Amino acid sequence: MEHGGIFYYQFIPGLNKLPMQVGNAALVSIILLILFFLGYRSLKKKGDDIIPDEKFTLLNFMELIVEMSIKLIEDNMGEVGKSLLYILGSLIVFILFNNLSGLVPGFAPATSNLNTTLALALTVFFMYQFYGFKVHGAKYLKHFMGPFLWLAPLMFPIELIGHFARPMSLSLRLFGNMMGDHLVVGIFFLLAPLLVPLPIMFLGIFVSVVQTLVFVLLSMAYFSGAIEHEHEEEHGTPALEEATEAA
Amino acid sequence: MLKKLWLMVGVFFGTIFSFAMVAMAAEEGAAATLPPQVKMWIAIAAGFGMAIATVGGAISQGRGIASALEGIARNPSASGQMVTPMIIGLALIESLVIYTLVIELLLVFKL
Repeated sequence: MEHGGIFYYQFIPGLNKLPMQVGNAALVSIILLILFFLGYRSLKKKGDDIIPDEKFTLLNFMELIVEMSIKLIEDNMGEVGKSLLYILGSLIVFILFNNLSGLVPGFAPATSNLNTTLALALTVFFMYQFYGFKVHGAKYLKHFMGPFLWLAPLMFPIELIGHFARPMSLSLRLFGNMMGDHLVVGIFFLLAPLLVPLPIMFLGIFVSVVQTLVFVLLSMAYFSGAIEHEHEEEHGTPALEEATEAA
Repeated sequence: MLKKLWLMVGVFFGTIFSFAMVAMAAEEGAAATLPPQVKMWIAIAAGFGMAIATVGGAISQGRGIASALEGIARNPSASGQMVTPMIIGLALIESLVIYTLVIELLLVFKL
């Protein structure tokens, strides 16, 4: 089923020759950049960052997003997560806004295309392998060996297949949920366009938020699995913080 | 600080556009029509496959929600800590059904 029709990204001169999902992802990225830049500027103008504003301003909205992201990351990864805030926060905001933009007519959501979700999943995959190697060195390969050394020839291919299945499952889950939701809404619009698609669109909001949560939680689980230490450290992992400072 | 920001924005959009232009130049599509026998079997397989996958997904999700509700009934004040893992578990079970949906879409729209 092709997305026919008029989309917002076609009106911007630089973007209308790109493929559909790239143009839309760029448009949502531009909107996000403008939002965060305005929030940054109003934060600098305020000066005092302890007392929040009274009404529902843009700064409160941005602070809400950032605080909820930090709480989510810290609840699941502990102190180590703070150094990974950039990539995980970007994933949260990008995926959330792209999913939600599918409910607004005129946007072709970028995450309902396998290219975008595969790019995001591969980014997470390569990043956690990289951090695993950087924190552990060559001993990172011992993670694949299993509990006992004589089990290694059996465990190594199984672990490898499991690791390669992770980006595939991440990307297919997000793509399938978004594409399925849009297909169902489209079919409802064909059948009974007056008020009947409304419950499906409420379900669409719920599914968008939950899929963002699941993507980021799984990414955090993969990161912790790659950078965990065998012994408990009281003060966090300085190796990871050095790695993220240098990277 | 601001100059670095503009530099990063410029690099980001530059890479997006250049890759997209290259990818668009290499795009081509080949569509051949299939004999009606194959289309009939594709239709039957798609219909039955999705239904069978949904059965397993529905049973598993039902069991998950039942135990979560039982936990909430025993201890209503701790219900917040039970709802979040329940939602995550439901999404993960549903993703298996979604994999079947993706194969469906592949069969019906591309083959």
